[in-house]
Amino acid sequence: MEAFTRLTGRAASLDEDNIDTDVIYPARFLTITARDGLGAYAFADRAFRIKDVPVLVAGANFGCGSSREQAVWALLGCGVRCIIAPGFGEIFAGNCIRNGVLPVTLDAADVARMHRAASKGEAFTVDLPACTVQVGAWQPVPFAIPEPQRQALLNGWDETAAILARDGDAIAAFEQRQRSEQPWLYS
Amino acid sequence: MGRTLYAKLWDSHVVRPGDAGEDLLYIDRQLVHEVSSPQAFRALTDAGRALRRTETHLAVADHAVPTQSRDLPATDPVAAAQVAELEGNARDFGVRYHPLNGAGHGIVHVIGPEQGFTLPGITLVCGDSHTTTHGAFGALAFGIGASECGTVMATQCLVQKRAATMRVNLHGRLPRWACAKDIALALIARIGAQGARGYAVEYAGPAIAALDMAGRMTLCNMTIEAGSRIGLVAPDETTFAWLKGRAGAPAGADWDRAVTYWQSLASDADAQYDRELAMDLSALEPHVTWGTSPDQGAPVNGAVPEPGSAAPEDQARIARALDYMGLEPGMALADIAIDRVFIGSCTNSRIEDLRIAAQVAQGRKVASGVRAMVVPGSAATKQQAEAEGLADIFRAAGFEWRDAGCSMCVAMNEDRLAPGERCASTSNRNFEGRQGQGGRTHLMSPASAAAAAITGCIADVRDVMAGTD
Ligand code: SF4
Repeated sequence: MEAFTRLTGRAASLDEDNIDTDVIYPARFLTITARDGLGAYAFADRAFRIKDVPVLVAGANFGCGSSREQAVWALLGCGVRCIIAPGFGEIFAGNCIRNGVLPVTLDAADVARMHRAASKGEAFTVDLPACTVQVGAWQPVPFAIPEPQRQALLNGWDETAAILARDGDAIAAFEQRQRSEQPWLYS
Repeated sequence: MGRTLYAKLWDSHVVRPGDAGEDLLYIDRQLVHEVSSPQAFRALTDAGRALRRTETHLAVADHAVPTQSRDLPATDPVAAAQVAELEGNARDFGVRYHPLNGAGHGIVHVIGPEQGFTLPGITLVCGDSHTTTHGAFGALAFGIGASECGTVMATQCLVQKRAATMRVNLHGRLPRWACAKDIALALIARIGAQGARGYAVEYAGPAIAALDMAGRMTLCNMTIEAGSRIGLVAPDETTFAWLKGRAGAPAGADWDRAVTYWQSLASDADAQYDRELAMDLSALEPHVTWGTSPDQGAPVNGAVPEPGSAAPEDQARIARALDYMGLEPGMALADIAIDRVFIGSCTNSRIEDLRIAAQVAQGRKVASGVRAMVVPGSAATKQQAEAEGLADIFRAAGFEWRDAGCSMCVAMNEDRLAPGERCASTSNRNFEGRQGQGGRTHLMSPASAAAAAITGCIADVRDVMAGTD
């Protein structure tokens, strides 16, 4: 995946709680097995459109519902690399990290200010090394993200490759022990 | 201090402890379906990686498959290509595949348990959020994205963050005609669509001990609709009796050894939870949803809310939902007329669900102008329902009797609502467009959905069945 360090650009505002992944990427397009080119289907049943805007400011519980990673691929296809919200559906947030999209969780008051700023077309700067979001001339707003996820994004790590490179012996040892303790899982 | 069921499941699968509560977990089993796997298999191929343990995966096409005629290429060439890709991948990578016309076909979350692929004490994942279902067996089961599916195929592991724990204590006897679905809808209405986010939810208490496996699966299935990736019930004698003799369940001496281990998984008496809730089921009423999120529900005798009398921060959300749903503020739920009925989905398509719906349908007729369908969760369920005479009851009442699949839960095949159509549905999501672009969904139990089919509107099944038992 593409690494994420810093970005500056405009933001789109979608100020509505519980936007689920069916709204982000309607199910009838799920028979498409490609990952690229899905931006055309993002929010297909809503009037809302995003084009070449790197930041999306969203409502609480954004990306709840279905685990479909197509929702993230579609947003990526629209150029989105960072989503700011008071909270995210958990599977969606994990899918974001694995695709180089940064989910930023901030408290509702900060997000509300950012919705207004986004609507006015102000520039957002998202800085992952510093863990801050700066909007226009405001003081930078700090955010928290678990360190392993931050490192994965900063380095553009492929999780599968990292596990294979580092944990092969530990996995084999685990399997050996489990096989003797729970042989029914290996028959 | 004692440990919770969740902690026991987690600790027994840590391959390597990590930083910030993120451990490398061993994944025992994966269910694979046509929508979230093509990209994962492609990632393996592109990187030249092998599948680490082929026997730990089970593949089936369920989301986009037709349920009326199995002639896929004729109905939707894109879906046909997707199913063909799954078949090809299963063949090339040596993964067990349950074909569309075989006896083992069905919705992933129905066939996993049915085949004994789902077992207590294991970790189980699937590129599907309703993987929560399998927690009903005391398995640590959660939904993942397609990228993670590829990681599990190659490594048999995932890096995961340990969740906080919530226990929901259920007591009181479930009243006649109230179902596990009503417990779920009432709980979600109470705690909200993100009320359990970040928690692993364990359902416990005497009412859980009394609940059958189908009910436990329904409850765990709906846990994701409260925002949690994990629903759990400790395995007990009900679990063991249900599993014994199933194709994938251990047999002989292995069975006894397994049961001894599974019995050790229950939460310790002094285990601590981050949050606890209690629910008395003795006065539980059938619930239905009126909005576009599973937490927008109410008892069937209630009314659609008035946005103006809601908390200020909720008003816009309620108004928006009512607008989409085409409902008047304050109207009685029982005054809502429906066009379609869908009895199916991984939430409510098991034999127990079909039995209770058939009890309501027996000797009655689907209201004129209503189109109602029953879509069993698996080929085995379908066969059993036919053997028990349920299919005949449904057909005689005017229901369509279909083949297994996700069908109108997700509207990826030809089973979908037309814009503006209103459906009484036993599925799990009433999201905008979930059952078809512009479609309107009211979630409810199989008993309530059957009552809606008979009356042509949202109805209290207790009234429909009054005087019959
Ligand atoms: S029945 Fe519905 S919720 Fe269940 S797996 Fe299929 S699409 Fe998903």
